[in-house]
Amino acid sequence: MSGLDIGYALLVVALIIFIFPAAKYWLKNSPKAEKGDWTAFLFPIALVIAFVGFLMMMVGR
Amino acid sequence: MSDSQYSSRDIARESALSTNKVLRNTYALLSVTLIFSAIMAMVSTMVNTGYGVSLACSFGALALIWFVLPRTANSGAGIAVVFAFTGLLGFGLGPLLNHYLSLANGGELIATAMGGTAIIFLGLSGYALTTQRDFSFLGGFLFAGLIVVLLAAVAGIFLQMPGLFLAINAAVILLFSGFILFDTSRIINGGETNYVLATTGIFLSIYNIFISLLHLLGFAND
Repeated sequence: MSGLDIGYALLVVALIIFIFPAAKYWLKNSPKAEKGDWTAFLFPIALVIAFVGFLMMMVGR
Repeated sequence: MSDSQYSSRDIARESALSTNKVLRNTYALLSVTLIFSAIMAMVSTMVNTGYGVSLACSFGALALIWFVLPRTANSGAGIAVVFAFTGLLGFGLGPLLNHYLSLANGGELIATAMGGTAIIFLGLSGYALTTQRDFSFLGGFLFAGLIVVLLAAVAGIFLQMPGLFLAINAAVILLFSGFILFDTSRIINGGETNYVLATTGIFLSIYNIFISLLHLLGFAND
């Protein structure tokens, strides 16, 4: 474990502290998903997964 | 036609114009800051920046968006802060890029990661813009997911497990893809009216997708 690793760990902990209020706000105030909302989100995300898999396969060849 | 119909139509038109202005300003500032950040990354690779400097840049960038940006986002100084923040993050990429450039096909890996990030960003933004759907319901899910990923990243630093490293990078790409949809839809639907803050959010998504995609491609290359 180097000093640099400890530095990176501290940075990530600081990020968590920074993000926490926004996370708390959105967990409380996010509007409820309507019918079809999750499908509309999962469709492009599935395409991203397929695209990243494709790039990894191309590079791995 | 009654006065109330006129006024509601005027309000809708004004709101659409304001949204278009925020969107246009966001993309303009985003494109300039991305170029600036890339130039800073190039300078950093040329001067062979070390990981210590990279870490200091990341702390500096975090301090700027934490303490300075909230106070300056509504003024012209906010633009200078965004440039400083994106420049620091770009400069901090130097050691990572040098690591990949030292590989036989490192340049190709970096170019693939850049192109892949551009396609992901343009595809997701285009999707959010054309569907006009409100993705603000994702807020709680994305922020909770981000905290889980960051906690896993802290564990990953100490455990040094390649499988965990791979899983974290894959999760980061998916989460920040969700953030691109979330941020873009918030601009379209009037949830974000400050283009400085909108640019910061989208820049962070692009930056994180690029780094994680580069790591995944580096892993696949091995």
